[in-house]
Amino acid sequence: MDGLSKTIGGGGPSVPAGSHPAGGSQAAAGGGATQRTQYPYVTGTSVIALKYKDGVIMACDTGASYGSTLRYKSVERIKAVGKHSIIGASGEYSDFQEILRYLDELTLSDHMWDDGNSLGPKEIHSYLTRVMYNRRNKFDPLWNSLVLGGVKKGPKGDEKYLGMVNMIGTHFEENHVATGFGNHLAIPILRAEWREDMTFEEAVKLVEKCLLVLLYRDRSSINKFQIAKITTEGSTIYPPYSLKTYWGFTHFENPAQGAVGSW
Amino acid sequence: MSSIGTGYDLSVTTFSPDGRVFQVEYATKAVDNSGTVVGIKCKDGIVLGVEKLVASKMMLEGSNRRIHSVHRHSGLAVAGLAADGRQIVSRTKLEAASYEKVYGEAISVKELADRVASYVHLCTLYWWLRPFGCGVILGGYDRDGPQLYMIEPSGVSYKYFGAALGKGRQAAKTEIEKLKLSELTCREGIVEVAKIIYGVHDEAKDKAFELELSWICDESNRQHQKVPNELLEQAKAAAQAALEEMDAD
Repeated sequence: MDGLSKTIGGGGPSVPAGSHPAGGSQAAAGGGATQRTQYPYVTGTSVIALKYKDGVIMACDTGASYGSTLRYKSVERIKAVGKHSIIGASGEYSDFQEILRYLDELTLSDHMWDDGNSLGPKEIHSYLTRVMYNRRNKFDPLWNSLVLGGVKKGPKGDEKYLGMVNMIGTHFEENHVATGFGNHLAIPILRAEWREDMTFEEAVKLVEKCLLVLLYRDRSSINKFQIAKITTEGSTIYPPYSLKTYWGFTHFENPAQGAVGSW
Repeated sequence: MSSIGTGYDLSVTTFSPDGRVFQVEYATKAVDNSGTVVGIKCKDGIVLGVEKLVASKMMLEGSNRRIHSVHRHSGLAVAGLAADGRQIVSRTKLEAASYEKVYGEAISVKELADRVASYVHLCTLYWWLRPFGCGVILGGYDRDGPQLYMIEPSGVSYKYFGAALGKGRQAAKTEIEKLKLSELTCREGIVEVAKIIYGVHDEAKDKAFELELSWICDESNRQHQKVPNELLEQAKAAAQAALEEMDAD
């Protein structure tokens, strides 16, 4: 709008184009151009989730970074949505909070119908894919990767659901998903060790294995984790806890050894 | 009616010489002809009940609802013109949602009632508007506990322990006064409301009716909901039994 008021007769007060907090130095060029692409400020790192025997388990750490600084140490990045779903987010935390507001609005209007139906994970995931794709097409994306897990009664009994959608609107369903660094470091482990009929205890073990690898290799992860599950009984988000680490591996002691390079 | 033909009843912006606004009184008439609507404040929550007169036998059961959720914690029961009621319902939803968006917490029942009353009152101030032909009972639960308000076509809104609108309001009010509302739980309350509505129903004049019941209490997670079918059927059975007992005497 800054540019607009200048081109059309300039009725209102003219605001310098570069004054937007997201830094719109490019906007000055066209006069009528608006800068929409924003940058993430406070970001959360990987989320991992997988289906197990009774439902879906999801986990992430509770850190949030300001740029590359580990600025916040106890933010909850997994939340319950409605009766049958949980959502986990990596990426820009304030965008996630905005998404939670959208979902709150959605579940409220769902509640007000009071017709015995309620939105399941499938519907919520579909809604999110539309929101994310729409915002990307406005060149104003919500800077997140979202994971949606849930269980709801369907025509074929209890149906587990696990899906993902990212900031450009790409979306899919899978038996196990991981965002961010987890996509590189956790997926190979999950592919090797995931089974459909895992018990909750086995699932926790597998998730912890992934989280630990991420803790060692992802500089923006912290050793404070939260696990959540969703079953037909509803969602449970467990209080944060730490994992036991071992830093005595020889490769950790001299990481540069054997690596060809200047350092 | 003395007002007819005098010319003082044509507009909502014209007072009669003795200080009345006839259009608003006519709107009240529309409410008085409606099926009875009852709301009570129990010790642990709110119960709303409606005698929904069924216009046609072919109408699907459960359609044309007269009790609406307007937020998580509040519900609205409509007496009078159902279509006018929906207008109020959508405004109420809007007010509740916008309050929460701005202030980050759910709207209090008092504030919601005030805003709805302002809206209803607004329609009594302009010659190009018609006042709403409906009265509403608003029940809600906030940090001050359960509360009940009634808003009339004139735009007045008062807080009540028990309120009734529609055809059977006088009889319903006398029945509500007999209840010990400070000791009554919502579970007992739904049976009492069902009894009142079955009691005031005029079999001779109106044929079929459907009982609509909703509540807000701990059992409904302090959310406004339809009373579960099982409890509704129990309440209906109890009301019918009480009615037959009265007829036998």
